[in-house]
Amino acid sequence: MQFGIFTVSDVTTDPTDDTTPTEGERIKALVTIAKKAEEVGLDVFALGEHHNPPFVSSSPTTMLGYIAAQTTDLILSTSTTLITTNDPVKIAEDYAMLQHLADGRVDLMMGRGNTGPVYPWFGKDIRDGIPLAIENYALLHRLWTEEYVDWEGKYRTPLQGFQSTPRPLDGVPPFVWHGSIRSPEIAEQAAYYGDGFFANNIFWPKEHYMKLIAFYRQRFEHYGHGTADQAIVGLGGQAFMRTNSQDAKAEFRPYFDNAPVYGHGPSMEDFTEQTPLTVGSPQEVIDRYAGMREHFGDYQRQLFLMDHAGLPLKTVLEQLDILGEEVVPVLRKEFAVNRPATVPDAPTHASLVARRDAALAQAPLESAEVK
Amino acid sequence: MTALKLAVVAAGLSQPSSTRLLADRLADATVDRLRLQGVDAEVTVLELRDLAQDVTNNLLTGYPSPKLETALAAVTGADGLIAVTPIFTTSYSGLFKSFIDVIDPTALADLPVLLGATGGTERHSLAIDYAMRPLFTYLHANPLTTGVYAASADWGSSETGLADRIERAGADLAAAMAGSERSSRVVDPFALPQGFSPVGGFGAQ
Repeated sequence: MQFGIFTVSDVTTDPTDDTTPTEGERIKALVTIAKKAEEVGLDVFALGEHHNPPFVSSSPTTMLGYIAAQTTDLILSTSTTLITTNDPVKIAEDYAMLQHLADGRVDLMMGRGNTGPVYPWFGKDIRDGIPLAIENYALLHRLWTEEYVDWEGKYRTPLQGFQSTPRPLDGVPPFVWHGSIRSPEIAEQAAYYGDGFFANNIFWPKEHYMKLIAFYRQRFEHYGHGTADQAIVGLGGQAFMRTNSQDAKAEFRPYFDNAPVYGHGPSMEDFTEQTPLTVGSPQEVIDRYAGMREHFGDYQRQLFLMDHAGLPLKTVLEQLDILGEEVVPVLRKEFAVNRPATVPDAPTHASLVARRDAALAQAPLESAEVK
Repeated sequence: MTALKLAVVAAGLSQPSSTRLLADRLADATVDRLRLQGVDAEVTVLELRDLAQDVTNNLLTGYPSPKLETALAAVTGADGLIAVTPIFTTSYSGLFKSFIDVIDPTALADLPVLLGATGGTERHSLAIDYAMRPLFTYLHANPLTTGVYAASADWGSSETGLADRIERAGADLAAAMAGSERSSRVVDPFALPQGFSPVGGFGAQ
């Protein structure tokens, strides 16, 4: 089971003192946060991709490469990579390069973006969102798994005998997650490829995601990648903690009430009841997240959103200390209890290389049997 | 035979409101007419005032509270809908439109809708036809030709014919609902579009 954090890289005014970090400060803060994640024993740091203010992360591989150079164990991921508006050839190249530099500590999550105009900014049509995600990923997958690619699709210029470079590290592409909030098409796509499915459930009630994840698991089994409980599932989460539960609520409330996504809407009490957001003591967060697998089945990756809504860096780092030192170690134990041995861990570069080698060792035997 | 489901949406802001009054009268007329045809109806009345905060929160967060979800299900899974709004500044009220905006735009398809509106004077009675009707037509609902507008004066006189209009509208909605299987349909939220391919025809070659 992997635990980590994901960020949308927003530059948001702190509602308690009306200060706003500069883009430069926020960019450096993201690096500090990623290094802190490794320091407190988290497994994953995932970075969003946006092309409009107030977000600063338009160039994820630049930042992730910089973080890779300053970390040793942290898995670097995205939340999300825009499979719709990026050229899949450039994604293939950028992330293979990052994979080499980070010694394989890289995976990525495909997404479709959170703002409509990003499509026309990159010459695309939002009404083609799903077809773009389907076609572009089909090409990306081929660029990583086939040496030379002939390609003719609807959304980019054709390719003849094209080889993307560098080739994936050890000939094994980064593991891919597909992120979705509501589209069954994306769950189906993830299931078809045997890729991971990340349900970003932090803003919506769990009942919806229970159904969506069950659908992905069922289709994963249908496509022959394993049983439904072996499908690779990731979930989002959100927490704010202080030793004393009431202190956590009092401190976080102004950030909640003014947050870009849900501020000025439901009360913090309603929202925490209806979504995974948990504001309280570390034990309350442990109890809430230890219960997640009751709803979604045993899963592989839990990412927390910890650094948004204008929370100052100092507070975010304190939260990461609590998360890494008090919460996640207990959750690791809780998640291990009664977890069936057949449920896999999230794929890593090492496990994917081992799986590939095992398949290669098996292949000559199989062809011999055919003869 | 199971009862047909009739949802009634009243967007009046005061309590009691003449909008609710008209909605109830329209519902009674419809139920009476269905009963004459030997059909039972199960009526769910939604006063949008009670849902105002939930509707706003849904606009901001993108998901309905459990309370609003129940209300939305009553509307989208109905065999017939009575929709009544006060007319404010030439059109349906903002709350009424906000409620419509949080409904899945495909979820009202084929739904017979009886349109009703209230206002201070009869000058705005055409708002039913230039504002409410296009809204439901866009959503591929089935707005009935008879709409009922009640001005304040209508509640004080039998000469303006409000009772007759209500009777006629109830009969129209009852006729449109007869034989409906809408409320017993099972919707698969994860149905993939016809012809969908997870590789878009671009699989490994």
